[in-house]
Amino acid sequence: MPVPTATPSGVIVIAGRPVSAAHRPTELKVPVPHTATAPEAASNRALRAFLHGLPGVDEVGARARAQDLATRSVKTTAKAQAIDLALSMVDLTTLEGADTPGKVRALCAKAALPDPADRSVPRVGAVCVYSDLVATAVEALRGTGIGVASVATAFPAGRAPLEAKLADTRRAVADGAAEIDMVIDRGAFLAGDYKKVHDEITAVREACGGAHLKVILETGELATYDNVRRASHLAILAGADFIKTSTGKVSPAATPPVVLVMLQAVRDHHAATGARVGVKPAGGIRTTKDAIRQLVLVNEVAGPAWLTPDLFRIGASSLLNDLLMQRTRLTTGTYPGPDYYTLD
Amino acid sequence: MNLDYAPAPESRSVVALRPNYALFVDGEFTPAESGEHLTTLNPADETELARFAVAGPADVDRAVAAARRAHEEVWGPMPGAERGKYLFRIARIIQERSRELAVLESLDNGKPIKETRDVDLPLVAAHFFYHAGWADKLAHAGLGPDPRPLGVAAQVIPWNFPLLMLAWKVAPALATGNTVVLKPAETTPLTALVFAEICQEADLPPGVVNIITGAGETGRALVEHPGTDKVAFTGSTEVGRSIARSVAGTGKRLTLELGGKGANIVYDDAALDQAVEGIVSGIFFNQGHVCCAGSRLLVQESIADELLPRLRDRVSLLRLGDPLDKNTDLGAINSAAQLERIRDLAAVGEREGAERWSAPCDLPASGYWFAPTILTGVSQAHRVAREEIFGPVLSVLTFRTPEEAVAKANNTPYGLSAGVWTEKGSRMMWTAQRLRAGVVWSNTFNRFDPASPFGGYKESGYGREGGRHGLEAYLG
Amino acid sequence: MADGHKPKNKGSGAAKTAKTAKTAKDPESAVTGKAGQGRPAPRLTVRKTYKLYLGGAFPRSESGRCSPVTSSDGAHLANVSLASRKDARDAVAAARKAFGGWSARTAYNRGQILYRIAEVLEGRREQFAAALTDALGLSRADAAATVGAAVDRWVYYAGWTDKFTQVLGGANPVAGPFHNQSTPEPVGVVAVFAPQGAPLLGLTSVLAPVIATGNTAVVVSSERAPLPSIDLAEVLATSDLPGGVVNVLTGRSAEIGPHLAAHADVDALDLTGAGEAAVELEEAAATTLTRVLRPGPGSDGGEEAWRGTDPGTSRMRPFLETKTVWHPVGV
Repeated sequence: MPVPTATPSGVIVIAGRPVSAAHRPTELKVPVPHTATAPEAASNRALRAFLHGLPGVDEVGARARAQDLATRSVKTTAKAQAIDLALSMVDLTTLEGADTPGKVRALCAKAALPDPADRSVPRVGAVCVYSDLVATAVEALRGTGIGVASVATAFPAGRAPLEAKLADTRRAVADGAAEIDMVIDRGAFLAGDYKKVHDEITAVREACGGAHLKVILETGELATYDNVRRASHLAILAGADFIKTSTGKVSPAATPPVVLVMLQAVRDHHAATGARVGVKPAGGIRTTKDAIRQLVLVNEVAGPAWLTPDLFRIGASSLLNDLLMQRTRLTTGTYPGPDYYTLD
Repeated sequence: MNLDYAPAPESRSVVALRPNYALFVDGEFTPAESGEHLTTLNPADETELARFAVAGPADVDRAVAAARRAHEEVWGPMPGAERGKYLFRIARIIQERSRELAVLESLDNGKPIKETRDVDLPLVAAHFFYHAGWADKLAHAGLGPDPRPLGVAAQVIPWNFPLLMLAWKVAPALATGNTVVLKPAETTPLTALVFAEICQEADLPPGVVNIITGAGETGRALVEHPGTDKVAFTGSTEVGRSIARSVAGTGKRLTLELGGKGANIVYDDAALDQAVEGIVSGIFFNQGHVCCAGSRLLVQESIADELLPRLRDRVSLLRLGDPLDKNTDLGAINSAAQLERIRDLAAVGEREGAERWSAPCDLPASGYWFAPTILTGVSQAHRVAREEIFGPVLSVLTFRTPEEAVAKANNTPYGLSAGVWTEKGSRMMWTAQRLRAGVVWSNTFNRFDPASPFGGYKESGYGREGGRHGLEAYLG
Repeated sequence: MADGHKPKNKGSGAAKTAKTAKTAKDPESAVTGKAGQGRPAPRLTVRKTYKLYLGGAFPRSESGRCSPVTSSDGAHLANVSLASRKDARDAVAAARKAFGGWSARTAYNRGQILYRIAEVLEGRREQFAAALTDALGLSRADAAATVGAAVDRWVYYAGWTDKFTQVLGGANPVAGPFHNQSTPEPVGVVAVFAPQGAPLLGLTSVLAPVIATGNTAVVVSSERAPLPSIDLAEVLATSDLPGGVVNVLTGRSAEIGPHLAAHADVDALDLTGAGEAAVELEEAAATTLTRVLRPGPGSDGGEEAWRGTDPGTSRMRPFLETKTVWHPVGV
């Protein structure tokens, strides 16, 4: 088993590039040997040894744990708290072929003022759009403090030459995107070419400059939880600030067991290195109940430290209105109707 | 930030507790002849829930006579298909009244509503459904072309899964054409008495099911009663021995489901997160009041240092408290006596040199509580590695090789359950083959199903309950 | 039977035990007359010392005791070892030692060995028929039929070794993503109290199902007619049956029975031949929750009582434990 190579300053060196400050390891607090050992060099062989040395994930057991946590009852004050937290974590998203500047501007307006009748609603985490609409979104959100996230790297399939992916990324960053949501090359991953996946991530990470990098694993195409765990660690190793479940274009997407396994990956990475990587479920989270279940997972798997928009986001579009409706229900005691919430 | 779950108590209003409960004999609730009674407490706050009658020898006589009459006149001659329909009917009523029964079970037993609602009650209904279908198919059970019921079954059940143990006993007995006299445990009689109401609601012929309450004396009078044909007991190995002795020479058939000291073997290639979950559910499910609990963790030494911190982190998340709160993972210890025994044995473990760690949780001021506890550095010689604690206390031992794991796992007079955690199929099969235990959970733990036979090797008892195999205990 | 009878007539020739069927049938020993009168001296019969069968060997009782066995009409047949408490203990130890290996043999291999027992027994039919005639006074025809039935019973159980697992085990359709399988496994060391009046077919009928299923056995042979059990042990010893799988104790059931019943390393009792002691033995077994097969109807009958119909799984099930293994089904 390869061991991490640390420079005298303690920075893990992977493929000749120092990992960003956020990933600088502190001392190894808990001995978690095979969940956190970085390969000496990012050769396919070393990566394979590392990723296949991770403990397996039993599908039935992982589902059972997620199901168990789904029975947590979050009511009254706890629910109010959870709704506001979820609102602040929403990456309000539109990713349609039919997206227009007008559609994006309307979405931005919604992000800035989710509930015109209630100004105490927290602002959302970000607005997420295609890279060619970043400029529009940045302009529309100017002064709101809300950042723009852009999908990039030939989203959603990722089937394009690396140069195209990098160009896509650079353009989004140049237009003001604060966050880049890239997709991994699932074909390369499934073919066992972990080095290609890794190197693409590091290349995109470099193209991001100061922007945060979210790495979309598209777990629905990885098929097994073992693969979800391996892809999570591979992305973390390559420098992801966040690991994200899905594009939203493939089903299943952010199922609770998938999020569970990804939260375990960031938990284990933190236990080994002291660095915290974020998690973003996206796709299929439509109701307040779904969102609260995600927060329960965060709370009991990665831990309360992850209960912040800096480390947990929810990629969604219709979720926002349901959160707002439930929020109103809690504050007024009556059930609101959908007509009272804006459609954008 | 913190996500504090607010209290989420299940409503008690679904339960209509009566102040006094009589015996259920021959289809009617009738007082005990002695007029004696006992009180059952809510172990979570020590308040009195209800008083119930104590059956004496005359009451046992009456119940056995009613069961005999029902067997000879109604239940024995009834076509299996009709018997089955009664069981289906009972299963349906249990489903309908499941929330009420779940809340009542949590009140009387102290176990969390999450478990009574999601485990006990669904399994109780499933058990009746499963056996209902057997009633007219007994000729296909592999026990001969015309298997006959034994007659009257005397059944004594424990307090850890009161209604589920009732189902395990009553459903197969009735499906095979036997009638029953059942005694629930003295700390948890209430759901059995509601089950008696369900028998009335289902129009079950009088005398087919008789429920008599009381303590050890009542149980002894029942199992030693000469008028029965079958004794089925679930409980301690000590009582099991004395029943086995008393049944000798009587011609009665006997099945016993007794104690255990289950080994949960974790190999170094295990799916660690799921193994941790399995260890937790193995010993902390139902406060560890489980005969098949994985109370001995055998972890391969090479991963002990990685596994144990994860285990402690996970156990620290267990939420101990109000059994009726939907977020409670660990409820109350069933009785003061049981709490005393758990405390004693945990203290013995410490005195013998084990290192004790308990989850940092606040215990409620009243009621019987014990924080989930892990004893490390335990060796085979320690009492906590040999004696059943029947509480939320895990003893941790290490091993180096598969041979050593199996040898240690089998080094006990018990043989009820065992667990194996490995991602390597051949090693799993190798280990499972060698474990001398009636149930082997590989890469899972504490799973139950009416179709799956359950029961022990060695001093964990004899006979099986559930599945085709379980029918054998009630057919001649 | 007398206490601790020591053999008095050891090496004293055949004369005092005349009239046994064995000697009567032996043409050489039947020749009488004095030596040294021009004719060759009549050959002196070589008698068999009946010893115990323990761990694959034929030792005498550690107690040094033996006891005379007579034929059905009261003639002395031989002396038989009077097994002691310690012999019983050694037998249990031998059976326990053999259990791991025997139960781990393939079912096919166990079947082959049981079939081999039948083959070897078949080759010694005359001997066993004579022994039964001696012991029980059976007619030649009855004796021959009994031996034939015993051979056939070994064949019958030889065929069961690789069937009972399928017949008694199987997959259980649990409501969840789990593979769930129940398998019958041998309970371990079984103390077999052999039928008193049926020393060959009766013994075979109780012993064969015990070992066919992978158990090992300590046999307390018929007290009334112990010799055929030792003869059978010789068949077992020459049939590739590993030592210790079957151990045969001769002697007094009342003396060794309670020790076997209470022995914590005995997993099950077959009390078929225990007679009135069965209740007491069952009580003793309760202490360690030893499994008990009580005497059934016909247990005290003669060989003819065992000739009946297909015993099915009825004598195997009591000595099997059901192990149920769960495993998740997932990717």
